[in-house]
Parts: sequence; structure tokens; C-alpha cells
Amino acid sequence: MSVTMPPATWLVLGASSAVARAFAHQAASHGAALLLAGRDTEDLERQAADLAIRHRVSATPVAFDARDLGSHAGFIADCAARSTGTLNVFLAFGVMPEQAEADRDPATAAAMVEANFTGAASVLAALAPVLEAQRGGTVVALGSVAGDRGRPRNYLYGATKAALATYLQGYAARLSRSGARVLCVKAGPIDTAMTWPLPRLPFMATPQAFARSLWQRAERGAGSVYLPRVWWPVMGIIRLLPTRIFNRLDI
Amino acid sequence: MPDTMSAPEAEAVPAEALRGRGWKQAALQPWGRNTTAPCIAARPERMRELWAALDVPEGRALLARGAGRSYGDACLNPGGAMVLTERLDRILHFDSATGLVVAEPGVTFADLLTVFLPRGFVAPVSPGTAFVTLGGALANDVHGKNHHLAGSIGEHVAWFELLLPDSRHLRVSAESDPELFRATIGGIGLTGIITAVCLRLVPVPSNALVVRRTRMPDLDHFLAGFAAAAEASYSVGWIDALATGATLGRGVLEVAEPSESPVAEPSPRSRSFPIDAPEVLLNGATVRAFNELYWRRAPMEGRQQVLPYRRFFYPLDTIHGWNRMYGKRGFHQFQCVLPFGPGEMALRRLLETISASGNASFLAVLKVMGREGVGYLSFGKPGYSLALDIPARAESPALFATLERITRDAGGRIYLAKDSLLSAEGFAEMYPEAHRLQAVRARVDPDGALSSGMSRRFGLG
Repeated sequence: MSVTMPPATWLVLGASSAVARAFAHQAASHGAALLLAGRDTEDLERQAADLAIRHRVSATPVAFDARDLGSHAGFIADCAARSTGTLNVFLAFGVMPEQAEADRDPATAAAMVEANFTGAASVLAALAPVLEAQRGGTVVALGSVAGDRGRPRNYLYGATKAALATYLQGYAARLSRSGARVLCVKAGPIDTAMTWPLPRLPFMATPQAFARSLWQRAERGAGSVYLPRVWWPVMGIIRLLPTRIFNRLDI
Repeated sequence: MPDTMSAPEAEAVPAEALRGRGWKQAALQPWGRNTTAPCIAARPERMRELWAALDVPEGRALLARGAGRSYGDACLNPGGAMVLTERLDRILHFDSATGLVVAEPGVTFADLLTVFLPRGFVAPVSPGTAFVTLGGALANDVHGKNHHLAGSIGEHVAWFELLLPDSRHLRVSAESDPELFRATIGGIGLTGIITAVCLRLVPVPSNALVVRRTRMPDLDHFLAGFAAAAEASYSVGWIDALATGATLGRGVLEVAEPSESPVAEPSPRSRSFPIDAPEVLLNGATVRAFNELYWRRAPMEGRQQVLPYRRFFYPLDTIHGWNRMYGKRGFHQFQCVLPFGPGEMALRRLLETISASGNASFLAVLKVMGREGVGYLSFGKPGYSLALDIPARAESPALFATLERITRDAGGRIYLAKDSLLSAEGFAEMYPEAHRLQAVRARVDPDGALSSGMSRRFGLG
């Protein structure tokens, strides 16, 4: 069954980011209802209005804090109650402070691990029984090519995404038994607020182009996928580089 | 974003001052690509980030920028700070009973067309490209092919919201604060950052226009053609700016009315201009040949066609980056409005000057304008408007000085959204209400936090 069949609902976790917004537009243009979850509810109100006007779908802001682990069970129950049709989830939240900042300040490091991994694992755990009960649905989680091999520039961020990818492998296997699909997208750099201050990055995708490809994958795929596709061969090579050479590269 | 590049020469702000605050070094070009301005740039994706951007590193001068479709330094701030509003692009409210739409400043005319034309509404006034943002449209008080009837966009704005450098956030209408309203409409970004626009869309019977194209053999026929089309909803003329002598001012007049019946619209296909064209391709012979072909395309006896709004409003939008056609050095655009009567002779002199200069120019646009705009720096006034591109060359400033002189002598005005070369004296003469803008700026921005390349060129600070 296609996820685009109305009346499906997409719950977008971390809905304020540019990638999440672009994905929400994809889902809405295919007729899905949206639950927009995040901390900046004033922003989510604006986004909900925009989605509703442009695509004539229902779009609702929901308060969500990835680091408030205690709230996750109640939050998922609330979302399940609000959703129509099959509940699908796009997990898009994450932060990327500079590595040097994380090295200087343990609280920054801990906050990143908590948001990117602990929070993700926690909310996915709360979600699993809902997906199992509905015997279907799709989970798309935003990973990163940075998780494939730790680089000096952002290895703590990369580690959180590697942990998420590993978590998702087992999570996908568990949910496959009840017919739900899990897709981990290993994203290359996307032109968003997160990458804006950085020097120009290779193969940068626009959020819209990225979301279009991701939507196509989400409609059928499971497992993991590199997007943009060029990162599949690139990361294949980078993973295989001998340590001696890798350590000397400025990448 | 193709026109953002890393800028090693702009290292004035230390990296430490930018870190973790959403700013970066950038080098921005205007649409005419005739200059590159080093600056720092932020690109907020939500209002919270926009507010944070008011805390400018090192107290640099600040300017908002939408799509960067201004041709000159109206959208530049060399050595200063630019806030790019393109990602603030949510449509917040729409009332199909009144046609009122409320949207963030980064919403474009393309967005409005995509979302509201299927519901039977179009923008009351639309510039020649759909990539323009609403924030930019207000800041330049843009006009379209219906200026003779509808005026420019400021007349159709119920209110807007404005963020001042000191974080005050105001909803401004012509009633609530007429001075600030008139200073911001057409105020080229110098009064604050527009955060929302409430615009009155107009109902239309279908997605299409009935367009009639007629060949005009010379300038006299052209002006007579415009006079005859005074009641037409839309009118615009394409002039062969290289024609001389008896054919001076020849071109194609297009008039259009909303169509009662719709047309099937193929999904928009776009192509990109792939490279900076080698300048050798852009010479008198090639441009002359192109203009000749364009002129002959319209049959002598005229032709009537039903066209979707998109094709009539935005003929160049299917070729992304057409500005690269003028090569690496870019181009200047000259657009002026000349009052009826004395303006006709000046129009002739402008065309003669351009033609004689040998500066290759593709089609020029001729238009009749109806009335003054609401803004202190609004471009509109009754008369003929002429717009054309001129490739940037060493002799461009001298040519533009001549064009400016002709325009001033005729009591005309040069359009700030297109300008890069107008003199400060010329500006003061053409925009006699600039002191009112300055008075409002002294009130809303007493510390002079807002500034642009253009405002400094004109001595506005």
C-alpha cells in the first residue's frame, strides 16, 4: 500500500528545519495530513498555516522536545490519537555544534548526544508499539554521511549519527515483522541553516531536491539510502581508505 | 544560491565574531552582475533567527535582501551585513471572500501564481519576473503591465509588518502610520525588515489572457498604439533599441485582457543559461539579427492568442540565469519614466543615443505609466517608461551620464530597482520627497543601523 493513500498522517519530528519543511510539503502535496512537532511552536503555527493554504490539507503543530525524555510516551500517545489513517514518521531533528565547541564544553557535547541519539532512540521506542499495532506505516530517519567515518571536523556529530544508524538497523528488523518500514537516509550536506555558516561543501543539495528524492524513496524503500545518490560511491571510497592515508586528508 | 561565493577579500570581520551566530562571509552580486560586494550574510529560516540577526557582528550596517533581483546596488551592502529573507516564505492567511493574502516576505510571485491562480486570484500588480519576493516588491514599489490602470503594488497593500533595528515590530498601514507606510513602500529597505505583507489579490475568470500582438513600424505609431490601448487591462511594448532613422522606435505592442475561458497549461519547463556567454557573441550584428527576428515574428496585421498568465507576465522566467547572457562583466539596466508631452522628444533622444553608442542591447521595454506611487521614493509617475539592458563596458558610465541628463532635462525619473549609475544630484532632483524618507528614518532608525550601497551612493547614509 502506498503511503500516499489518504488519509495517511505524517508526523514530522523537528519540523522547523528546512529539510523537514521541504519534506512536509512533499507529504502535503500527496494529500497527507501533517503533525508538526518541535520546540518553536510559534514557527510551527506559521508552517501549519502555510501547508494548509498551499495544499489544502490538515496541518497541526505539536510541542515536542527531543531532550525531554519523560514526555515522549505521552507525546506519542497524543500524536497517535490525533492522526488519521496510517501514522508515518519523519525524524528530522538534530543539532551540529562545532567539534571544537563540543570539546571545550562537555555540556554542549552531552546536549548533542542527547538530542541526536538519546532523544531519537527514546521517541522511536515510544513509537514502536503504535506502528506494530497498526501493522504498517513508514519511519524515515535523517542520518548523515558523517556517521560513516569519523572526521576531525565533526566526529562527535558523526558518532551520534552512526549510533542512530545502528539503532535503526535493529529497529527496522523488529518492525518489519509487523509490516512497518524503516528507512535511514544518509544525507550529504544540504543547503540549510545548519550548513550556512560552513565553507562551501561538495555536492550540496537544496532542501527541495533532497526532499523530492527522499519522498520517492520513502514511498517504497527500506533499509538505508545515500542522498544525494553521489554519496554512495563517494562514501564507499572514503570508508575503504587506509587509516594512514585517511588521517592525512583534510576532509 | 548561484550568486553567493566565498569571499577571501572580505575578511574584515574576524571568524570568531561570526561563529555560531548564523553569519558568514559572502560576496553578493545584483541581478546585473556588474559588481561584487563583499559582506557578511545571514539567512534566517524562521522569525526567531531573523530577530537574532538584528544583533549584527561589530555593529555593521544592515540591509535585507529578497531574491536579489534588483539590477544594481539597491540589493547590496558592501562591507556591511545582509539578511537574506528568501527562506521566510510562508503563506500565513488567505480569505477567498476578500482576496486578502498575508505572507512572509520571501514568498514570491511564482508562489502566488501557483497557489492562487487555480482558485481564481492573481496578484493585483506583478513585475516582469515571478522570482521577485513580496518583501522586495514592496521595498521597490514594483509595477507591472497594468500600471496605467492599477498603479504600483503599494496601492494594493492593506498593511505590512516591519521589524526595526531595535527589535520593535510594527504593523503598519496607510492609516496607522502614513509616514512610515510611505517611507517603506519603495523605500529600498532603508526603514526596517519587512516581515509580513497583507496584499489584496484580484479575482480573475480563468487562468489565461487574450493577448493581441501588433507590429509597430516606428515610435509615432507606437505611442499612438498605446493611446488607443489606454483602457486595456494590460499593455506593454517591446522596442528594437538598435533601429534607427525612419524605423526608430519600431517594435511590437502587446495588449491583453483576462480570458473568460481557460487554456491548458503545460507544466512549466525551464532551462538554464549554461555559461557566462563569451562577449564576442554579443555584438551589434547578433543583437540586430535577434531584434529583427523578434519584430518580424508579430505579423503586420496583428495576431491574437490565448496565453496562460505565466507566459504573458513572465516571458523570460523559463530561462534561468538569463543574466549570464551578458558575459562575466555583467550589464546595467536603464529604466526611466518620462512625462507625456516633453517626454516624447526625450524618448526619441534616448533611443538615438543608445543606438548611436553601438552598445548592443536586446529588446527594450516601453510602457505607459498612470500615476505617482504611494511611496516617497516610488518610481511611478504619468508618462512613458523605457527599460533596456546595456552590457557593462568601460564606457558605460559616460553613456549613462548622457541618458541621465536627457531624463533629467525632460523631468523624468530613473527606477532605483534597476539602477547602478545614477548620480547623487540626479537622485535628489528626481526624488524630491527623499527628505521625508530621511525624517522617518531618523525616527525609526535613529542610530543609522540600516544602509545599502545605493543609499550611500546617494548620500542618504
